[in-house]
Amino acid sequence: MTLVWLLLIPGIGGAVAWMAGGRHPNLPRRIALAVLAIDFIIALSLIGPAMSSAIPAGHAAWIASFERPWIPQLGISFELYLDGLSLVLILLTIALGFISVVISWTEITDRVGLFHANLLWSVTGVIGVFLALDLFLFFFFWELMLVPMYFLIALWGHEHRFYAAIKFFIFTQGSGLLMLVAILVLVFVHQQTTGHFTFDYLALLGTKMNPTMAFWLMLGFFIAFAVKLPAVPFHTWLPDAHTAAPTAGSVLLAGILLKTGAYGLIRFVVPLFPDAAHAFAPYAMTLGVIGILYAALLAYGQNDMKRLVAYSSVSHMGFVLLGVFAWNTLALQGVVIQMLAHGVSTGALFILVGALQERIHTRDMRQMGGLWGSIPHLSAFGMVFAIASLGLPGLGNFIGEFLILLGSFQVGVPLTVIAAIGLVAGAAYALLLVQRAFHGNAAPHDETAAKPCDLTAPHLLVMAGLFLALLGLGLYPQPVFDQVAAGLAVVQHDGTPSTGPTTQFAEATP
Amino acid sequence: MTAAAFAAFAPFTLLGTLTIIVMLLIAIRRSHKLAAFSTITGLGLCCIALPFAAPASPVQVTPLFVIDGTALFYAGLVLGAALVVAILSYAYLDSTAHGPREEYYLLLLTATLGAAVLPASVHFASFFLGLETLSISLLGLIAYASPRATAAEAGIKYLILGGASSAFLLFGMALIYADLGTMSFADIGTLAHAGSPHDLYRLAGVAMILIGVAFKLSLVPFHMWTPDIYEAAPAPVTAFVAVVSKIAVFAVILRYFILAEGPADASLRMGLAVIAILSMLGGNVLALLQNNVKRMLAYSSIAHLGYLLVAFLAAGTLGIEAAAYYLAAYAVTSLGAFGIVGLLSAPGAGRDADQIDDYRGLFRTRPFLAASLALMLLSLAGIPPTMGFFGKFYLIVAGVGTGLFWPVAALVLGSVIGLYYYLRVLVVMAMPNESTTPVPVTVPLFGTAVIAVLLALLVALGTYPAPAIALIRMAVG
Repeated sequence: MTLVWLLLIPGIGGAVAWMAGGRHPNLPRRIALAVLAIDFIIALSLIGPAMSSAIPAGHAAWIASFERPWIPQLGISFELYLDGLSLVLILLTIALGFISVVISWTEITDRVGLFHANLLWSVTGVIGVFLALDLFLFFFFWELMLVPMYFLIALWGHEHRFYAAIKFFIFTQGSGLLMLVAILVLVFVHQQTTGHFTFDYLALLGTKMNPTMAFWLMLGFFIAFAVKLPAVPFHTWLPDAHTAAPTAGSVLLAGILLKTGAYGLIRFVVPLFPDAAHAFAPYAMTLGVIGILYAALLAYGQNDMKRLVAYSSVSHMGFVLLGVFAWNTLALQGVVIQMLAHGVSTGALFILVGALQERIHTRDMRQMGGLWGSIPHLSAFGMVFAIASLGLPGLGNFIGEFLILLGSFQVGVPLTVIAAIGLVAGAAYALLLVQRAFHGNAAPHDETAAKPCDLTAPHLLVMAGLFLALLGLGLYPQPVFDQVAAGLAVVQHDGTPSTGPTTQFAEATP
Repeated sequence: MTAAAFAAFAPFTLLGTLTIIVMLLIAIRRSHKLAAFSTITGLGLCCIALPFAAPASPVQVTPLFVIDGTALFYAGLVLGAALVVAILSYAYLDSTAHGPREEYYLLLLTATLGAAVLPASVHFASFFLGLETLSISLLGLIAYASPRATAAEAGIKYLILGGASSAFLLFGMALIYADLGTMSFADIGTLAHAGSPHDLYRLAGVAMILIGVAFKLSLVPFHMWTPDIYEAAPAPVTAFVAVVSKIAVFAVILRYFILAEGPADASLRMGLAVIAILSMLGGNVLALLQNNVKRMLAYSSIAHLGYLLVAFLAAGTLGIEAAAYYLAAYAVTSLGAFGIVGLLSAPGAGRDADQIDDYRGLFRTRPFLAASLALMLLSLAGIPPTMGFFGKFYLIVAGVGTGLFWPVAALVLGSVIGLYYYLRVLVVMAMPNESTTPVPVTVPLFGTAVIAVLLALLVALGTYPAPAIALIRMAVG
């Protein structure tokens, strides 16, 4: 039942915040903070070992579960399961949701109630995605989380927001429908072999089918998640969406929504279609590497600071794709850390860009420069998170990228070597950002304009908190590994190909 | 007729009686309120009578009708939708004092009568009579908003095109009768099964029936009339055309194909698949270009009927259930959408509130109606938590289950295209209002209440569809 509360609290909280919006603009903000704080405490209380009883054999990793019949006529049940992987991502979701509320305090002054309702609802949808283990329920939440995010971009966004919001929606919805068709074919194939019509993930695991069918179904799932991740060549919606979104929208988008794609790859694509996924792994990893380099190159060429961060996000997600399809313990642990660290560092960078835009009314780096002199705190944090993003040892991103490369090295040496170049490219664009915006000569300014003020106390607190989180991940990631170990072991067990690895990847077996 | 047949047919008898009572009432005393009130109460009574007819079913009532679960289910949808339209019409007509308003309800009732008997028809005679009763009454309803020039034009258009399509239908029926010597669906099925599959007369007949029906369902390429009529007719009438007539015609053609044609004929299925794909893509693409909400919804309804054909092609239990659920979802959603358009319109004005700019800032001026319209549009787009989402899911289940690759692909593609124009209205509603608002319309409380009920249904049956599916399985399966 705890899991239901985890969903209900932000869901209902959103409605309450909307209604409270008419009374006083601060009321929805406070409600949102309270709701997310309560939800966070509930999620924290779930940290701990997996439960040992009443679980299907071979799935000893669940921490909590909830199951009720929902649409029994079609074999659909309301099935929520939580393991360490989901829990870690849910904690990240709620924390970033909380931060989004804080940093929107001054930025969003219009339709405050509706804004916070949408914010809370998109958090609800994402938590649902991380919890649902019935494929229909998963798809339900997958679709549900789009609508509030669409509104966040379309209503409170910057220039071209309508275009960006529509593009975001159409990309994700289109690929989502592709996934729905794949889900249904899987369900019918399962029905043909077992005579049982069900959407239950645990039942569908290990469904026997011919390799061609498995390949196409795997591809249907893969495209949906690759669009969300996003992987090149499905990434074009992301820079537009980020540029147009309000700061909180960018934080949620980068910090949380992208993670649902990675989560889907780990939870569904490989375990449901182990053979097809392993046959496809070289191609997926190649896509990942292309993503790392191509997006880094694009990031290097941007003048718009927010677009730069958005492309760096695509580049980091390339590592995630590489790590997921390397599919060994090291790489998967790296993926988890990379997701968390990317959520924190990219979220922080988007907050800083948002704060900068609020102050100097531009995101164009050609009009910046020498900001360190006028707004030292903001600039200092900007530098810290930029170098975190390039993978400085001691911070979380380094651990993630290092482990992913270590893991993928065991699978494919050439790809790993090329991917490692991405780290250099990352250094280039991150340092370029610092150089162009914060150092150097001040851009010609209108001298009469008021000097921009530095970060305020709430922003400073948020930044410090995010930095500490990143430092913690970088120096002592072991608690995270412990929490996700059981869950990863199970998906890895499900995702082991039955026919043994292909010859090309013979050295992959531990 | 046996006693059981009388009992089962009672709701339809009641509806006929009601029509006569309303006619007499108008003759005795002209009062808009009285006519509307008796119509609404009567339709409510008919709805209540339906479950009581269920125990006596299935039963054959004369060679023309069969009252079974399917007939009662679709009659229920028709009567429920007519009830909603009647209430919305009262709200719409009440604010205008233009001309006689009482006969409107008479036409509404005869149209409903025609629509309600169609799902029970198992004979060409009742098929055609029901359809004509429906169409001819609709003609009057479409042209009812007399001060508008476009209304009369729309009426004429409907008259001519509707007449042409009826002629096709009739000719098709005649060909089949000439070939097989029977007009009963079941007998046609038996004879056609025994006869040669390459029977040209019969095939030509079926093709012509299909053309006639495609006109009524406004499927591409027989859809030309739809946007003009939807735009010009008063909003409640548009809702009636979009919902009631479509449900009735779809139900009867579904029954005809199950009884008389079977899923066997490959060329027929091919033709239907092509029409379905064209409707899904054509409807959605043309809707992209509209700045008029009613025209946009017209094209979107073309696309939705195309989606429904996927269930039709899937046939089998799954397809029939999916069609039933989708029609229910479509009814609730379209009634809600057109209902809101109607509530926002001032009937005395030259047009309804149908320009997309009329909806600018609606979230601020009328938050409840705006939120309702938003959910209705999301339902049309197939986004949770609405009936439209589950309906589309059900359709794809049926389509994938029977291996309809191209129609399902077109459904997916059409849905993605459709997102654009639905979302556009959503955004416009949330934008700040710049232009000066035209005449502010007072929305009556009961109008809002009807929308609230539809909204509750939309969300409740969208998130927890199990009871609805149970009912459909009991009735239709």
